[in-house]
Amino acid sequence: MNTSLRVVIGVLAATASAGALAQDAVALRARALAATCAQCHGTDGRAVEGGAVPGLAGLPATYLVEQMNAFKSGARAGSVMPQLAKGYSEAQIAELAAWFARGPAASK
Amino acid sequence: MRTMMKRRDLLKLAGVAGSVGLGGCASGAMNAIGKRDAARVLVVGGGFGGATAAKYIRLLSQSKIEVVLVEPDAAFVSCPLSNLVLGGSRTLPDITRPYASLTRQHGVRIVHDRVASIDATQRVAELASGAKLRYDKLVLSPGVEMMWDGVTGLLDASRQGRILQAWKAGPETAALRRQLEAMPDGGVFAIAIPEAPYRCPPGPYERASVVAAYFKAAKPRAKVLVLDANEDVTSKGALFKKVWAESYKGLLEYRPQHKATGVDTATNTLKFEVQDDVRADVLNVLPPMRAGAIAVQTGLANSNARWCNVNWLNFESTAARHVHVIGDSIQIASLMPKSGHMANSQAKVAAAAIVAELNDWEINPAPMLTNTCYSFVDAQRVVHIASVHAYVPAESTFKPVPGSGGLSPAPNEQEAVYAFGWARTIWADMLT
Repeated sequence: MNTSLRVVIGVLAATASAGALAQDAVALRARALAATCAQCHGTDGRAVEGGAVPGLAGLPATYLVEQMNAFKSGARAGSVMPQLAKGYSEAQIAELAAWFARGPAASK
Repeated sequence: MRTMMKRRDLLKLAGVAGSVGLGGCASGAMNAIGKRDAARVLVVGGGFGGATAAKYIRLLSQSKIEVVLVEPDAAFVSCPLSNLVLGGSRTLPDITRPYASLTRQHGVRIVHDRVASIDATQRVAELASGAKLRYDKLVLSPGVEMMWDGVTGLLDASRQGRILQAWKAGPETAALRRQLEAMPDGGVFAIAIPEAPYRCPPGPYERASVVAAYFKAAKPRAKVLVLDANEDVTSKGALFKKVWAESYKGLLEYRPQHKATGVDTATNTLKFEVQDDVRADVLNVLPPMRAGAIAVQTGLANSNARWCNVNWLNFESTAARHVHVIGDSIQIASLMPKSGHMANSQAKVAAAAIVAELNDWEINPAPMLTNTCYSFVDAQRVVHIASVHAYVPAESTFKPVPGSGGLSPAPNEQEAVYAFGWARTIWADMLT
């Protein structure tokens, strides 16, 4: 298991136990957080035909975390993404990456 | 084409008359589809906020919550990109999408009607047709209403089709385009901007820019006058002013501190609080705006009698329980624009909170909002502004995350590709 996934599972487990939230409630929060990406990357990270940016569903969590960090640090150039990536915490990025990595099946 | 639901379907949807609100126990009543205890969310308004809320309540509840969307228009017409229709590079069909996919793909019941009144105590909405719809939760996303009294003579001029707003995309957009096409070379187009806040802060400046681009190509002796009630350009100011100086010098003139107070259609003249009258061949006068009429009528506009205060964790009105207000109608938090993207973001926070509440789960104590807004400066070049907003518990409000967000360095063609891609994707995110 890669590091970012371990982080995510740790974060989710901590959230679930601390708030005594049902798994469904945890999933709801993750999906709602991922929905903040959907205006440009598509609902549940599935790219729309004619869209100009890549879909996120099914991409490896490590890759997603790396790219977000690269946008944050300036290592990867971009137009809006370097500006938006800076708005998300490490824990949020891990949660997003884990959500999208589970792929389209996660939304069913 | 406007397709009205058949009367008997509507009655079925409304539930048998006797069950509506009786005993004040809305959620326990036999509902429209004959199932007991299936919670129902009523969404009023099918714009960026309402359509997104309708779809996401279905998605996030695994289709367990019934959603009814009340929207008078037969199809969705996008305000973002509508200035390109005025500039002539796009047509209304390019920016129009059907609502039917919300029903087909997500099981949202759509009623093409208007809400005439809301009883927030009994949790019942009455439609213009007379049908009554009970709800457990109401999402109100009615957009803005023009405050006609702010500009003397404007309501009549607008009704006569003489002075248009075209601030809700649709037939008026096409009508204003025809006025611009009919205007002689050497004529003047004047756009009057109200004091902020109003829907779409950079919209008027984008409009002035794309119309200037059209004139530059088709009517080189024509002129654009931007008459702004504000002290300065309210959004993307440095970027717009640079374009105006470099691309539209002598063609577009910007005049701040011009608060319009009246119009005279006999002379096509605009009157101001302080400055001299301005005559123009085509006038596009935007009056001050406030929350959509149904929100005001329901007593939800409790901020300065104009906008609706909400609890930021779930967008519930501070004036009525179980009524969640999203989009342009709300009293904004710091640096929160009245934009389609923001309404979509708010809709998702409200949808997640409603799903949590109806499941008796704790609502998310740390919701996030994003905004990305592209403005065209001509048919090919675009500038953006982007922001991320996090809920700050200590202040009970949303604030931009420090260090995040920003603007384009300069107008560029690459971002026009992104702008069209964004539009297709966000339309799909709300409707399909």
